[in-house]
Amino acid sequence: MAETKPKPKLNKKAVEMAKQEPKARAKNFSEVALGYPEEDAQEEASRCLQCPKPQCVSGCPVEVPIPAFIKCIREKKYAEGIATIKSKNALPAVCGRVCPQEEQCQKKCVIGKMGEPVSIGRLERFLADWERKNGSQLPPKAPPTGKKVAIVGAGPAGLTAAADLVKLGHQVTMFEALHVAGGVLMYGIPEFRLPKAIVQNEVDYVKSLGVDLRLGNLVGRIHTIPELMKEGGYEAVFIGSGAGLPQFTGSPGENLGGIYSANEFLIRVNLMKAFQFPDSDTPIRIGKHVVVIGGGNVAMDCARSSMRLGSDVCLLYRRSRDELPARQEEIENAEEEGLVCKFLASPLEFYGDEKGWVKAMKCIAMELCEPDAKGRRGVKKIPGSEFTMDVDTVIIAIGQTPNPIIQRTTGGLQSDPRHGTICVDDVGKTSLDGVYAGGDVATGAATVISAMGAGKRAAKAMHEYLTNKK
Amino acid sequence: MYNIVSKTELVPKIKLFEVEAPDIAAKAQPGQFVIVIHGKVGERIPLTICGYDAKKGTVSFAFHEVGKSTKGLGCLNEGDSIDNVTGPLGNPSEIKKFGKVLCVGGSVMIAPLLLQAKAMKESGNNVTTVIGARSEEFIMMEEEAKRYSDTVIIATDNGSTGFKGLDFLKDLLKKEKFDRCVVMGPVVLMKDVSELTRPYDIPTIVTLTPIMIDGMGMCGVCRVTVDGEMKFGCVDGPEFDGHKTNFDELILRQRTMLPEERLSSLLWEMSGGCKCGRNKA
Repeated sequence: MAETKPKPKLNKKAVEMAKQEPKARAKNFSEVALGYPEEDAQEEASRCLQCPKPQCVSGCPVEVPIPAFIKCIREKKYAEGIATIKSKNALPAVCGRVCPQEEQCQKKCVIGKMGEPVSIGRLERFLADWERKNGSQLPPKAPPTGKKVAIVGAGPAGLTAAADLVKLGHQVTMFEALHVAGGVLMYGIPEFRLPKAIVQNEVDYVKSLGVDLRLGNLVGRIHTIPELMKEGGYEAVFIGSGAGLPQFTGSPGENLGGIYSANEFLIRVNLMKAFQFPDSDTPIRIGKHVVVIGGGNVAMDCARSSMRLGSDVCLLYRRSRDELPARQEEIENAEEEGLVCKFLASPLEFYGDEKGWVKAMKCIAMELCEPDAKGRRGVKKIPGSEFTMDVDTVIIAIGQTPNPIIQRTTGGLQSDPRHGTICVDDVGKTSLDGVYAGGDVATGAATVISAMGAGKRAAKAMHEYLTNKK
Repeated sequence: MYNIVSKTELVPKIKLFEVEAPDIAAKAQPGQFVIVIHGKVGERIPLTICGYDAKKGTVSFAFHEVGKSTKGLGCLNEGDSIDNVTGPLGNPSEIKKFGKVLCVGGSVMIAPLLLQAKAMKESGNNVTTVIGARSEEFIMMEEEAKRYSDTVIIATDNGSTGFKGLDFLKDLLKKEKFDRCVVMGPVVLMKDVSELTRPYDIPTIVTLTPIMIDGMGMCGVCRVTVDGEMKFGCVDGPEFDGHKTNFDELILRQRTMLPEERLSSLLWEMSGGCKCGRNKA
């Protein structure tokens, strides 16, 4: 028995995952991180202590049985390993790449107290990539319940809820407003961080479970939620329509040409493949001097995409480096690729040329002040500190709020008037009977995995609701 | 897939498609638009709805072949299918009895304008419809205009038929009292007509056609300034108060991708244009 042998000395260092060289990758849209080869996955998996009471699992929003799948890797039972992950997580190839593991499962890893935690995300990715090469197996499905469920939005929350509900035997229809499924995984996160073929593969997996996907179908315009329930025969509805409405700074000159919302920029580049223009049909015009306003993961995605389109990029953030909300790994990647940051500065006004294209922006220096109730440092303008920068492209990445179409067309659905989010309880139940919501539409812009967690909790609650309903 | 039931060339380079889309046909109203996507990396093309038939399950839209995407669309024929048609998007027009309504349409937007003229007529309004184009060759749907209006006026930029330019409107507005004006067409036309109706305080509704991508409030490329506020053409419009719209900003914003659009179109022509061979570019 392997367990009785003397344990090798604990390796405090995690196995590195190969990446494209910064100089090379800053010029292409291919994936930056290359994944573990089998031997590296074996070595990294061997570092797991297989704790009897695993802390990592409690750090995972969807409670993936982490030690169990790592054990499968050690024993080279890869098919069993991926099935173990998929018992809880329908999108492992996505989560293995874009989950902030350092804040979640890996933060709780016991080895992390002595050295580097086990690279759970990289191992998850290894199994997901193995499955993509070797073919997937469909999990067992409960007998049909005869209940119809509608999922609004095919993003991470909707895909997760759909997968769970269809496995429980319900008849699931997923309505997606865009012409492709995947939500932010398709339109938001760039190719070099999450290849779209991988997202499509995960979407196809959810479809193969038996989910009926309706593309280009905007709920609220074609059918409202009350119509789906009354006329469509759907007994429960999950709303996972995300946070798609871009915020702007409100500064004068913001409607000049060359000023994009992060959403517009990323939709052009990712969803519409403008980085391949003119082979693709939707263009993007980008100058030499790009300023990205904001400091979150979306801002990093915009900045790194701009560099790949050949621009010099400056990130303008009103707080300091310590407050950057983006993942540490993304900040490091971006800086390796040549990102310049300007901290403690905020835009005041944009100036255009005679053709209405942005040519300069006036900014003001900021200083940090006392943290607010949430512990986030406040900022204030430093009077007299205005300065001007020459720019030819500006990308505004200061956040998104939920799209209001569903809230406006669903009578009795309670939402937060300030943030536009749909009000839900712990399991995602809204003010309407049988209607659940989760992900960014309920929380405001957050992470892929938190949306998936919400989809999972709502699916469980919806199943109980449907089962108890006559 | 959305089957093309009929294809009509209204005038050179302006085509009308009637497409099978029962879900959209059941919900469409005048003033709304659809997004049409064709091809694997095709653009999302916003087109104003110019007809719908809930019984037949069809919806119609007209388009002007100006760039690669619209030229490519124009290559499709009856019996072909479009990959995706999404809609109805945007807010419906306000249709009720206003009294005397002046409808002004230019170029390709004459088609959706007539849908609105028809609805206005059916709601008991007296409808005067102006249809305008560059020259006689491009005046379209005159018969339909007559069917849905009490009076039809033709105007062209070069005076080859009907009135030359918009000067006749000054006299018309002086002579007759209108309770509402609806304008659909090139931005310059909407701007000019709005200026002409302003002194008479005639509520003037314009249909803005900024660049759009998703068409449902996500990207913000369609932002326009109305009454000093930022609005999204797709979800707040597409109809706005012509007296409060910043048309000059819209004109600049419509042109932001012009060099790229030209390049794309040129490359398409150079590569032989339409690959199906039925409609050589």
